[in-house]
Amino acid sequence: MKDWRYWLAEQRGTLLALGIFVAMFAIYSANHPAGFTANVVQTAANKGVLLAFVAMAQTLVVITAGIDLSVGMIFTLTNCLASWLVIGTGLETAFGVVAVLGTGLVCGAINGAIVIYGRLQPIVATIATGAVYFGLALLLRPFPGGSVNEDLADALTGRLFGVVPASLVALVVVVAIVWVPFSRSVLGRAAYAAGSSETAAYMSGVPIRRGKFVAYALAGLLAAIGGLFLTFFTYTGDAAYASGNAYTLFSIAAVVLGGVSLFGGKGSALGAIFGALAFRTIGDLLFVFDLDPLWQPLFQGVILLIAVSLGAFALFRVRNRLEWFL
Amino acid sequence: MNGIAGRMPKFLRRADPAVVTAFACILLLLFLGSLYSRSFLSPEYLLQQLKVASFLGVIATGMMLVILLGQIDLSVPWSVATGAMMASAAAAYGPVGVALAIPFGILCGVAIGIVNGIGVAYLRIPSMIITLATNAVAQGLMVVYTGGFSPQDSATPAMRYLATGFAIPAVPNAVIIWALIGAAMVFALTRTGFGRAVYGIGNRERAAYLSGIDTRRVVMVAFAVSGGLSAFGGVLLAGYASKAAQSMGDAYLLPSIAAVVLGGTSILGGRGSYLGTVAGVILITLLQSILSVMQMPEAGRQIIYGTVIVAMLLLYGRAPASRG
Repeated sequence: MKDWRYWLAEQRGTLLALGIFVAMFAIYSANHPAGFTANVVQTAANKGVLLAFVAMAQTLVVITAGIDLSVGMIFTLTNCLASWLVIGTGLETAFGVVAVLGTGLVCGAINGAIVIYGRLQPIVATIATGAVYFGLALLLRPFPGGSVNEDLADALTGRLFGVVPASLVALVVVVAIVWVPFSRSVLGRAAYAAGSSETAAYMSGVPIRRGKFVAYALAGLLAAIGGLFLTFFTYTGDAAYASGNAYTLFSIAAVVLGGVSLFGGKGSALGAIFGALAFRTIGDLLFVFDLDPLWQPLFQGVILLIAVSLGAFALFRVRNRLEWFL
Repeated sequence: MNGIAGRMPKFLRRADPAVVTAFACILLLLFLGSLYSRSFLSPEYLLQQLKVASFLGVIATGMMLVILLGQIDLSVPWSVATGAMMASAAAAYGPVGVALAIPFGILCGVAIGIVNGIGVAYLRIPSMIITLATNAVAQGLMVVYTGGFSPQDSATPAMRYLATGFAIPAVPNAVIIWALIGAAMVFALTRTGFGRAVYGIGNRERAAYLSGIDTRRVVMVAFAVSGGLSAFGGVLLAGYASKAAQSMGDAYLLPSIAAVVLGGTSILGGRGSYLGTVAGVILITLLQSILSVMQMPEAGRQIIYGTVIVAMLLLYGRAPASRG
């Protein structure tokens, strides 16, 4: 096979997600009353970027064959924290941003430590830590409120040169400084290897524990970046249980749409980002077609159900029935 | 209560360390509670706790069955709410509706469970993913049904009787129901081929399949039972509160998993006893009760709750270290 065919096979999930997103966004903007304008793109980008950050966070953990059900709660917690800290003079704001991101990193590291060194199942461990993070969020913001440095918020949610949404630029920057170095590092390879076959990776002397730990910790960091952006968009902190849970759920949907294998070892954060943008656009299609917003949760649920069922097509390739049982 | 307490040593001798630890923690909690307030050890209070525990107990019974298979059911929150809402909704359709309210509610839960079961058993989708998805769909359906508001229908007298009545003096009906469901589950797990198959699949599905068990049907039935029991828990809760509410099931996902796992059932499947789940349910209920008696705000409750569960799992719920 030629090089480009290898590349194509590897990126198939990502390209498929990109295709779905482009198609959906074309339908969306074609039917939007305002059409394809900078304003429409900016609003869509701002909504999509939030989920994209959380989906990236989920990707890192899913690659290691784990799952992080606390990702939405870290998102909520950092949102509440940012509504206290990211305010005041430039120096205070900078300190606040660092503190918020550090908190996310610590939350992710705690998850990682419990799962890897405590040897608990990721699913139970992260549901439990999610409860703790939500409790902390509630402690910080019993009622919605707070404020944020509005200059910074407006700069990061507005448009660059009047056209490009600044949030998209921020997303690209985060991909460049978090995802790209990680996925090309030894630890990133270790995370993939651990997800692909932990036994084989262990036997080959790959640092799987460190790789997985860094993946969990960075997932916390990315969720915190999402929480920070939520604060920039809403100017408030809000410890909403339903919203945190919804982000966890949507992040899994985005990951699946983005071609990341839930069995680990396959996929990329770029795919998850396109998955997230596509999922958001599909959810918003209801609005441009003037349907009752009451139907939105059902619509999103059905999309999620269809997206996860698509994985079942792999069954047709199974030659031996024993391969059903992993 | 006396009967159970009198027989406990016999159970203790046979039970595995996790179950003993769970019961020890219950005694510790009761002791701590009695230091805080004298009324903690009064029969009224303990019966009241047992009644509250029975709602969680019914839901955790289904969860345990699924966890024994090495799977998990994350659709509990909206299975509970769907059961409650649909049972209450049926009550609005005349005397026939009132009569069929409870079966209808349970049936809706079974339907959710069957979708889960088909996804897991036949489409081989990881259970945590498909159950999250059906949970979202059930939520969407209920939001459309209620129009986004709290539902107006109220529970039928039969539902209220099941949840709050006393068929036998001094023993709440909910406790009797839990005991009956528990007995049925113990029978199914220890005395029937279905139970053997569940443990077999939990240990190694491949081996169970090769020894001639229709593993896919067993998995599907287990998920259907889990969905039905979640919905039944919702029906009881609706009877207890005399109506259904939007997010009534949210408070039951983590506790039901925690109760099963704290009771010594391996989250990887194949190992665990119902006695442990009973211990886990009572343990969780007592913990919640003590935190609310201490007037701990919701935030503190969530934090303590998550921390205690992680801590107890680290004590005895760890996966083996061996690898390679």
